Amino acid sequence: MAVVVEVQGLTKLFRVPEREGGLRASLRSLVHRHWREVRAVDGVDFSIEAGEIVGFLGPNGAGKTTTLKMLAGLLYPTGGKAAVLGHVPSRRERDYLRRMTLVMGNRNQLQWDLPALDSFELNRAIYRIPREQFRETRDELVELLDIGDLVRKPVRQLSLGERMKVEVVGSLLHLPQVLFLDEPTIGLDVTMQKRIRTFIAEYNRRYGATVLLTSHYMADVKALCERVVVIHHGKILFDGRLAALADEFAAYKTIEAVLADGERVSIRVPKAETSRRTAELLAEHDVHDLTVEDPPIEDVIEQVFAQ
Amino acid sequence: MTESAVRSYYDFYATSVRTQIQTQFQYRAAMWMYTLGMVAEPTIYLVVWTTIARTHGGSVDGVGTGAFAAYYIVWTLVRTMNIVFTPFGWEWRIREGQFSGWLLKPIHPIHYDLASFAGQKVPWIVLYLPIAVALSLVFHPALHPRPVEVVVFLVAIWGAYVIRSMNAFALGMITFWTTRVAAIFQVWFLAELLLSGRLLPLPLMPQWAQTAAAWLPFKWTFYFPIEALVGNMSTGSLVVGLGMQLLWTAIMAGAVLGMWGFALRQYTAVGN
Repeated sequence: MAVVVEVQGLTKLFRVPEREGGLRASLRSLVHRHWREVRAVDGVDFSIEAGEIVGFLGPNGAGKTTTLKMLAGLLYPTGGKAAVLGHVPSRRERDYLRRMTLVMGNRNQLQWDLPALDSFELNRAIYRIPREQFRETRDELVELLDIGDLVRKPVRQLSLGERMKVEVVGSLLHLPQVLFLDEPTIGLDVTMQKRIRTFIAEYNRRYGATVLLTSHYMADVKALCERVVVIHHGKILFDGRLAALADEFAAYKTIEAVLADGERVSIRVPKAETSRRTAELLAEHDVHDLTVEDPPIEDVIEQVFAQ
Repeated sequence: MTESAVRSYYDFYATSVRTQIQTQFQYRAAMWMYTLGMVAEPTIYLVVWTTIARTHGGSVDGVGTGAFAAYYIVWTLVRTMNIVFTPFGWEWRIREGQFSGWLLKPIHPIHYDLASFAGQKVPWIVLYLPIAVALSLVFHPALHPRPVEVVVFLVAIWGAYVIRSMNAFALGMITFWTTRVAAIFQVWFLAELLLSGRLLPLPLMPQWAQTAAAWLPFKWTFYFPIEALVGNMSTGSLVVGLGMQLLWTAIMAGAVLGMWGFALRQYTAVGN
């Protein structure tokens, strides 16, 4: 498989003014301003192969969005290297911008007062999509998300979820090969989240697109991503299969047993003691059934973020 | 630029103009109110100067009431053409994430500003024309342009629009370095108000102001297009005026392109 996204030592520093609250501190900052350097992304390395869907996880402020913005050419890196589809994103070459998209769940790129169809038409002109291809793609994506009746309403009259669906279609009309999706399901109800997830999976399947996705909803990650990259304080903590995340970070396992008298027992034990405690349970009780499980992925992620 | 690139830009501009006209039509009442608001400023200038002229025996420094009427009626058209995305709006569009949206597109954002504001002008101008007729009936402008002056005027108002758009874009980019730039913009626009012919015809200004105006871009975005239609400029002066517009277009384009690379390195994509 060809490597589509290659990131080596990618770093972004922000210089942020800082001061205490209050008038005195405010006056002092007029004369002497105090700056702090924030390492939003700190020497990040990873690569993504063509057609992969990778979950990019981390708590708020971990550096996920900053990384995506650098990969999309919005932010200029302070250090390190990034290459996407053979392009250096910070050069912002038109050929590159035509081959990728960045969808941010809380941003509206459509013309507010007009039906989405008019915004789609504008995107056709911007991305120089041949008219026939544009019509085919538009109709296909509209059908896939079942938004035929929504694209004719002014965008301002759509609900958040409806707007997100038309937003996603608008961002994919040029059939990008790489999708950077930043919280694409944020604020949406469960049904709408599921719809967007199914759509992303289908787009990936049909067009072989590579997807890097951030989400605070583990349902998104579980449904779409076999692999996850976990970032915290700007550094990569984990890069591997979602299933392996628990092996590395879960602090405990859950032993569930059904005893001979029908009683059900559930004990949470430190991971290192799992074998010993299981043996004890089996030795001391008449056990009919026994399972040892990793904690839910949500708990594992919480554990990782707490580090 | 290849033929296909030219076709693509034409397609983008045509589509944007259509989109903006449709957007304006969504808010008919607001469009009317806006047009009336645009007429208020020149009408005040017009009433003040015609009153002063009448009290001074019919003219001020040789400018009669008919000339004032012509100047300010055409002024409104030029002012409407001159409206561009304000540098004051940059902080807002960065914070709202709109600018990031445009940076993701494979086209320089200045094309969006140029195309969208060009589209907005179409309904504004159509609405202004009957108002101009009404003002003409009331104030009797002395307006007798030659065909060449009409042609130069039609070119010059677009030249003025392009210069002012690029000027505003270059100023707006300062927002990439510091977010509170309103004071810088205020100084710039004050200079424009005084040295462009917006407040009053430039020949009524002191000599030093006229000399300063000749070296700055403002005159070529207000006074020149108005004077091309209203005044009695020789064909040579008209050609020189268009040449100056071309020169300022090149200077402003150079400023925009020169700053662009540096500005993007500073961009922090705050907000969204």
